[in-house]
Parts: sequence; structure tokens; C-alpha cells
Amino acid sequence: MIKLVFFASLREELGCESLEVEFTEPLRLSEMIQQVEDKKGRHWGEVLAGKSVKIAINKEIVVNDELLSDGCEVAFLPPVTGG
Amino acid sequence: MRLKVLIQAEEIDLRKEYCSLQDSDGSVGAIATFYGTVRDSNENRKVQSIFIEHYSGMTEAELKKIINEAKERWKISAATIIHRIGKLEVGEGIVFVGTASSHRKDAFQSCDFIMDYLKTNAPLWKKERHDRGEDWVTSKESDKIFARSWKKRGD
Repeated sequence: MIKLVFFASLREELGCESLEVEFTEPLRLSEMIQQVEDKKGRHWGEVLAGKSVKIAINKEIVVNDELLSDGCEVAFLPPVTGG
Repeated sequence: MRLKVLIQAEEIDLRKEYCSLQDSDGSVGAIATFYGTVRDSNENRKVQSIFIEHYSGMTEAELKKIINEAKERWKISAATIIHRIGKLEVGEGIVFVGTASSHRKDAFQSCDFIMDYLKTNAPLWKKERHDRGEDWVTSKESDKIFARSWKKRGD
């Protein structure tokens, strides 16, 4: 399984804090997002693939279409506003 | 170098944090600190309070990375970042950054750098409660420009 977590405005837009996705090897980030969109609807796909959304795998920001591993945590982060 | 990163709901003890940046051997000649507080207005709205959330684990790791990057660029003997989370009222502290060095330029610049990078890299989010409801604060282009200005040539 892969755990997806959503923060701040993204969490509120989706009405969801976290989601578990079935893992089937090999699975790229973009394929996983497509799976979520197929299951949850187009709105989800649009929100998760949003231009300003950053993605972290196991708490490290990624910029490429990474291969996912079983048990990883994928976080979707809106633009940060701390400080 | 002594490095301290804390994410906490409690108030920041400024005196304690300031003192902890000192060195017992007397080598510190400059301590620069920044203390960010909740302002009563933002984008023409009257702010009543803010709420801060973060990505536990990743925030701490990112803040440590930022301090380590500062250490590569300036001679600093200690650095502290404390960021608060949860509900904060107008006037309350949000963030404390302190750096210690033998000389003032290293202390000033590293402190400034840490704040600029924190603003653009640390997974923290602010929600504002104001006179017309509540909204997530949107990121500012100026913060990205400030952070980019520290990039070394060739980066």
C-alpha cells in the first residue's frame, strides 16, 4: 500500500486528510495519480496535478516522475507560507 | 556548530534562546536574531488570529537542511530555529531564528538567509481568521525572489 497525505488548502479542497492506494509494481507517480483520478474523479486529478503543488516522497521533495515503492508515503503540498 | 530546531505550540522563551546562542568560551562576538509576530492586518483585511499547521518530520528535516546550508556559506558557531504551530493571536510570536558568530556579517547574513529559505522551503501553512471569514494565506512572489537572490552564481 501507498499512503497519500494532503495538507492545508489541498486537504480542504479534497475533503480528505489521507488515502491508501493499492501498490502494484512498477508504479510511477503519474500512474498513481491517474489511478486516484480514475477512482475518485476528475476533480482529484486536477487538484493533485496542480501546477503549484509540490510532492514529497517519504518527506523528501521530488521533481521527477519517480518510481514508487511499497509502503512509501506521498505528500501533496500547497505553496508553503510559514514564517 | 550547535544546531537547534523546534516545532512547538508553546510560547518562545526569547531570553533562554538568546542565551543558548552564546558560547561558554567567549568566542562569540555577534548574535543576530529574528522574531516574527502575528500582524493585525494582511491584504486589507483585519486579522484576528492565525492557525499554523505543518508536515511533522519533514519540517524539522527541512529546517536542519537550511541551517546546514547556512553553515556552508558563513562561519557560524550556533543556529536556532523555533517555529510555532496551532492557534496564535495578534502580537504573539510565530518564529524565532538566531545565529551566532565571531563577526556580525556572518551572523546577520546567515539569519536573513535562514528566514528567506524557511519562507519558501519549510512545509508550514498559515490560515488567517479575519473580519470576513478565514482563508489560507497565499505564498508571495517577493518571498521567492528573496530566496532566489541567495543563489550562488552557477546554481
